[in-house]
Amino acid sequence: MKTSTLTMVAAGLATALSFGVPAQAAETNVAVAANFTEAVKEIADAFAKSTGDTAKLSFGSSGQLYTQITQGAPFQVFLSADDVRPKKAITEGFGVEGTDFTYAIGKLVLWSPDAERVKGEETLKSGGFDKIAIANPTAAPYGAAAVETMKKLGVYDALKAKIVEGNNISQAFQFVDSKNAELGFVALSQIAGREDGSQWLVPQEDYTPIRQDAVLLKTGADNEAAKAFIEFLKGPEARKIIEKYGYAVDGAQ
Amino acid sequence: MLFSADTLVPIRLTLELALVTTVLLLIVGTPLAWWLARSRAWWKEAAASVVSLPLVLPPTVLGFYLLVALGPNGPGGALASLWGARTLAFTFEGLVIGSVLYSMPFVVQPIRNAFEAMGDRPLEVAATLRASPMKAFWTVAVPLARPGFLTGAVLGFAHTVGEFGVVLMIGGNIPGETKVLSVAIYDYVETSRWSEANALAAVMVVFAFAVILSVTAIGRRLGHITE
Repeated sequence: MKTSTLTMVAAGLATALSFGVPAQAAETNVAVAANFTEAVKEIADAFAKSTGDTAKLSFGSSGQLYTQITQGAPFQVFLSADDVRPKKAITEGFGVEGTDFTYAIGKLVLWSPDAERVKGEETLKSGGFDKIAIANPTAAPYGAAAVETMKKLGVYDALKAKIVEGNNISQAFQFVDSKNAELGFVALSQIAGREDGSQWLVPQEDYTPIRQDAVLLKTGADNEAAKAFIEFLKGPEARKIIEKYGYAVDGAQ
Repeated sequence: MLFSADTLVPIRLTLELALVTTVLLLIVGTPLAWWLARSRAWWKEAAASVVSLPLVLPPTVLGFYLLVALGPNGPGGALASLWGARTLAFTFEGLVIGSVLYSMPFVVQPIRNAFEAMGDRPLEVAATLRASPMKAFWTVAVPLARPGFLTGAVLGFAHTVGEFGVVLMIGGNIPGETKVLSVAIYDYVETSRWSEANALAAVMVVFAFAVILSVTAIGRRLGHITE
């Protein structure tokens, strides 16, 4: 009796599992660089509506996420804030060859919640502030672009003592938004839709374009939802959302 | 070289922060622990619970409150304006404030326990020998509570060294000012500089081991003497 009950339970479980998975929508875990947070949430919603699949999002700095990926984090897609780490992922054997592409080109902006504060590059040159927030330049591309801009304008050495680093671009934004730093270099996407404050869109010639690349990770090579998400990200609907949030998209594609 | 200026500066800064915090905590924590041990106020356990909150709260809660409180619109900003600054966030002083709050229970609790374990008798005897309450406190209570002070000091120091979340949230990662050991390790891991991360992490492991061993030793040795 006992064995037969057990067999029945086991058979029932097996049936539930084997039928349950294909019947339900697929799911994929996506690691996303912090600056893309708002845009990717909207993309994930649109993706769920159009395909029925689910993209579960995890946020962090590109460096932090990449370190986690090398240590076996359960992500199938990686949306980096740079074009270095996705390529590195492929050469180091974590990414699927030929799947990396630029999904967005980031725009750097000098921003302050104070409407009178930011007037252009002369704001940096005059230096009339205590603290300027940037993202950690060694781990986050927006931080590196901020440093590059200040060096190009010849103000880096003068401002060095006033720089405070957020662990990623979200934290840099939060330092400025909480008014602990008067102004900071943030991603244009972060202030999309904000009416208050003052801003200076840094001209593209002042810094190397922030090409944000995505890559399919080897853990996702057989995951239909992961591959579908990558395709969706390249599609017109996603590109419209990406542009709405203040990024440029690759015209060539 | 694994131990270059890059890794030595955070170590020195961390030790400075822990030292300043411990000294302040002994100054603030001793009267507080005394009051908690001796008072009969009905709300004293509520006060004790407030002191112990950081044991339970995630550092993100304290970090978030501190970021707002230290900022230009909070009391920290008002304090900072006295010397012309805008905010206490991103400063060594700001970290000291955060550390004092965060490590408070680790100092107050052992000292309070030591005062309570002593009981009323030694002080009554001192009073019959005509010692003033102040004199009795310094010459009787404090020496008797020595193990509590030592344990509290070691734990407060150690806990400040080990602090991460609060510093990450209010520090701004400034070398020599707010980039302490735990944050430096995090930075190295993020940027895949694992040999430096390994070196600093090893320092922390040895330090933590030494702390735990010494707290145990203090408990045993001084415990015997006072008995």
